[in-house]
Amino acid sequence: MTRTADVQIEEPVTAPAQTSFTARWLPGTRPRVIAMLVLAVLLVAPWIADIYTISIMSRILVMALLTVSVSFLTGVSGLPTLGQAAFFGIGGYTAALLSLAGYGIGPVQVLAGLTLGALVALATGSVVVRSRGVTFLMLTFAVGELFHSAAAVSRDLTGGTDGLPGIPPVVPLPGMAALTNDGLVFYYVLAVFLPLFLLTEIVVRSPFGLALRSIRDNEARMRATGYPVNRYLLAGYGMAGGLAGAAGALWVSVLRYVSPSDLGFSMAAFALLAAVIGGLGSMWGACAGAALVILVRDYIGGEHISVAGRTVTGPLLLGVLFIVVVYLLPRGIAGIRTQLASRTPGKAADS
Amino acid sequence: MTPLLQLRNVKRDFGSLCAVDNVSFSVRSGARHALIGPNGAGKSTLFNLVGGSLSVSSGVIVFDGKDITGEPEHARARLGIARTFQHSSVFLHGTLVENVLVGVARQAGVGASWFGAALRRRALVDRCIRLLDLVGLQNRYTMPAGALSHGERRQLELAMALGTEPRLLLLDEPAAGMSQAETARFTELIAGLPTDVTVLLIEHDLDVVFELADTVTVLHLGGHLATGSPEEIRGDSEVQRAYLGAAVLEDLFETAGSDS
Amino acid sequence: MGVLEWFDSNLVSIVDGVAYGLLLFTLATGLSLVFGMMDVLNLAHGTLYLAGAYLAYLLSDGSWGGILAAIAVGVAAGAGGGALLTVMTQPLARRGHLDQALLTIGVALIGAEVFVLVSHGDPLPATEPAALDISISLAGHTYPAYRLVFIGVAALLTVLVYLIFERSTLGALVRATVSDREMVQALGVDTRRVLLAVFAFGGALAAVGGVLGAPIIGPAPGVDESVLVLSLVVIVVGGLGSIRGALLGALYIGQVQSMGVVLLPEYAPFLIFGSMFLVLALRPQGLVSLARTA
Repeated sequence: MTRTADVQIEEPVTAPAQTSFTARWLPGTRPRVIAMLVLAVLLVAPWIADIYTISIMSRILVMALLTVSVSFLTGVSGLPTLGQAAFFGIGGYTAALLSLAGYGIGPVQVLAGLTLGALVALATGSVVVRSRGVTFLMLTFAVGELFHSAAAVSRDLTGGTDGLPGIPPVVPLPGMAALTNDGLVFYYVLAVFLPLFLLTEIVVRSPFGLALRSIRDNEARMRATGYPVNRYLLAGYGMAGGLAGAAGALWVSVLRYVSPSDLGFSMAAFALLAAVIGGLGSMWGACAGAALVILVRDYIGGEHISVAGRTVTGPLLLGVLFIVVVYLLPRGIAGIRTQLASRTPGKAADS
Repeated sequence: MTPLLQLRNVKRDFGSLCAVDNVSFSVRSGARHALIGPNGAGKSTLFNLVGGSLSVSSGVIVFDGKDITGEPEHARARLGIARTFQHSSVFLHGTLVENVLVGVARQAGVGASWFGAALRRRALVDRCIRLLDLVGLQNRYTMPAGALSHGERRQLELAMALGTEPRLLLLDEPAAGMSQAETARFTELIAGLPTDVTVLLIEHDLDVVFELADTVTVLHLGGHLATGSPEEIRGDSEVQRAYLGAAVLEDLFETAGSDS
Repeated sequence: MGVLEWFDSNLVSIVDGVAYGLLLFTLATGLSLVFGMMDVLNLAHGTLYLAGAYLAYLLSDGSWGGILAAIAVGVAAGAGGGALLTVMTQPLARRGHLDQALLTIGVALIGAEVFVLVSHGDPLPATEPAALDISISLAGHTYPAYRLVFIGVAALLTVLVYLIFERSTLGALVRATVSDREMVQALGVDTRRVLLAVFAFGGALAAVGGVLGAPIIGPAPGVDESVLVLSLVVIVVGGLGSIRGALLGALYIGQVQSMGVVLLPEYAPFLIFGSMFLVLALRPQGLVSLARTA
């Protein structure tokens, strides 16, 4: 690369600018402190929380992983998806069938779910990633419903609409005892969740992630820059399918049951809406969105609060949450910081 | 010297409209080649055909001795064809550095890498910063491109194109929307590019054309009218006649350019 | 088996399919126009159907007066619901489909829970007018008279909708707004009022569909979601923003749904979503493209 150096008109004073540039862009200390605090709470929780709360927390982590996969696809790559539940279900059935066949080792199930989810995504993706926007949304919706129907029909393999009950508890590593304690299951889920979450964060910041974000921003420019756009989107779709598949395998370890509704429309829709609530494209936002959705629907809603003599159920609260978020948090939870910053004068928010 | 780019009987129809009609000409390696003609002459369409965002209806495009007529757009970019668009096309949500980095990372062969933060690649980021400085966008590296003015976006686009180390640089009206000072700086910049970057540019500002170009091609209503040195084109009676008696060629181009 | 015999033995399913298709059409029209015109993906559209069907349960007592009252209240409620949704989605106009989806799914969730509260989670029976609660002979098959009358009424509605949107100047305005909103705005038309009118009209149509369709697809938990999903398929297959497309798509999905259940039980979803997948993959603009009708 010497061409531009040849025409270097003057050597600009870039050294101080560079340091401030790097400093501003790499994760600062505050997010790290917050991440450490969240992790500490997660690690301590099983010692203080009751069983119900812990099982909700396990579910939150699994849903967070599914939502991360949706946010990666929808927010980073710009492909809004209603079909991630298909790969989630594929991962779930893979883990369930392995477990019922005597292969109870969790990481093996997760790896199998991840691989199968990614492979099926790559297979269907070659057709799907050619479209964009609402067409992509509807195509992935159709794919999701096709897999959902397939799970309900193939009784010999999936148990039909009854699903596969009685899945034995997960074995975290060869030679260890199966996990029957909910707190230990939570630790297992956390141990699988963390590396996958960090991996996704790394990919988002990598040149590949930059390419996906740039494709979302301006596809024509990316093609003119030498990027085979659809191949990149297919790779992103495959990766998101793998994450969803891994999440499905974890789901089975938590619930020890899998049924066609795990591949259904509402699962896909909740993951998409959780990603929107969290702030599309932000991976930690996706986790926060998933946590909020599950907390409102299952935890608070599960308590059956009464208002004026009527029971307020989870879905009702969820509906209210959706409407409130749309109006009050246009950029989701992850956008709260820029939203606050743009209110204080002198700090311009990006457009 | 063999031509870097050759167009042979290139044609492109849009339904019954023939936007580019049987155009043949060559761009010499190292040339500063200008493409002029009034609006509707087919200049931008021709750029799209060379860049690959449109495919030809018939004809052959040869780049560096290789027939690239059937190559997709991204493959042409990888062969060394970079371009700027008539309406500047940047990544509005990305920072200036990220805008340039996309091309720089691709050229460095790490565009598809899944690991290692893009912005931690010191050598690549340094190169982006040098390019931004070169085009006159100092000290705004972390600003989102959407916050730039139109003239500045053109400068950014040039940095993005240079970041891919192109062999052929297609510039579509690069000076449009630039102030006089920016235009002067830009002309100086293009003139200063090393000769292993060949430049083909569409420009309405004939001052820029005659200052920069060593070869000029005139297109008219989709057809090829003439190719020659600036002096030849200035004095070409056929070029003038073809414009239905327009007395001064410059006047015609100025008018056509100002209402675009 | 000859064609005629096959036709004869499946006549009931075919006629059922027509009824089902026309019912879907009343829903899909509003959904399609609202999406085509204002780019709003209204996922609360099934809730309007459910509201209509619930009104039929409340007000329809077997008399002619009952069903007429239900229709009148249904029109008012549907139009009001459509107008409310217009006002609610207006601030999101520049924010893309996902925010609209979030908002309208929120509305749909609340609607569904309100229905569960009033119905205690059970399907509710809706009575047709007593005079039509008979079976008649249809080419040797017994067939419920109400369904035939429903087909007649729904066909009339379809013709009416078609005439309004494809033949009148009002319809021309709507179609112009679908294809180029800015242009119509530049001509001095307040497009927001056109949008409000179309949303209200679509809402009223969906609610009337619910009132009339209640004896066929009655008010029950989950009905809002299933009719919404099928209407989405209808407009995707037919082409967004096109009345003709919505009609073709609705009749096709109606047949697939009713014939599929007879011939290939369990496999109907594959036909429905497989069709949707194929249409989107091969002809994303739908079978009847916007360009042809606009």
